[in-house]
Amino acid sequence: MKRAVLAAVFLFVAAFLLLAAAQMRPFGSPASALMDDYFLANAQAEVAANNVVTAVVFDYRGFDTLGEATVLFAAVVGVLAVFRKLREDER
Amino acid sequence: MNNQMSVIVRTITRITYGLTIVFGFYVIMHGHLTPGGGFQGGAVVASAFALLLVAFGTAGLKGKLNHHLLQTLEEVGALAFLGLAFAGIGTAFFANLLANSGAVFGGAVPAGPNAGVLNSGGTLPFMNWAVGLKVMTGIASILIAMLIGLRKEAAE
Repeated sequence: MKRAVLAAVFLFVAAFLLLAAAQMRPFGSPASALMDDYFLANAQAEVAANNVVTAVVFDYRGFDTLGEATVLFAAVVGVLAVFRKLREDER
Repeated sequence: MNNQMSVIVRTITRITYGLTIVFGFYVIMHGHLTPGGGFQGGAVVASAFALLLVAFGTAGLKGKLNHHLLQTLEEVGALAFLGLAFAGIGTAFFANLLANSGAVFGGAVPAGPNAGVLNSGGTLPFMNWAVGLKVMTGIASILIAMLIGLRKEAAE
């Protein structure tokens, strides 16, 4: 019974993924290339950076990077808070 | 002393950790020209710290790094990143006010594929350094805290 349920779930998910893979757009032709074309055309003139990815990460989408840095900071604070007890015992 | 690894691992670590740190700083410094940037370069530098910690144990970093220094450097990186973001608030948050200005890192780059100019990018190189400092010290303090904690737990 359990195996039958597992097989049904597996087949359902596999069919779902295969359907999605069959409907995928061909490589290099996104549904909308408006933003990509803008970045590629203007990043060198506006940000003066050859690396367009860095221009997007630190300039056009800088707020996103701020959130990323906040996540890292929260992770560091969490780990230090969890292991602080052990460190105090060592003294 | 007895939590060190074998002499082979320690010798290879002595040869490679300096090169790893230099490569990490290279990735951070050329973040606006080549693939990579602050996050990636900081992770590379932190991996050199991880190598030292694994090969020499916590004694390998004694006297060189402590958590006060690491925490101070991480705060400096985070505040520098926020400050650079707020520096352009006259136009918009994260506006690049140094690009094409002629000041430091204010050079223009020619359009189209080219080898790149190191003196370009505006605030991007400064932000790469800030984020790189933050990532390398953050990951290093995580590694040191977890290693001390796990050793302590294993000893009990």
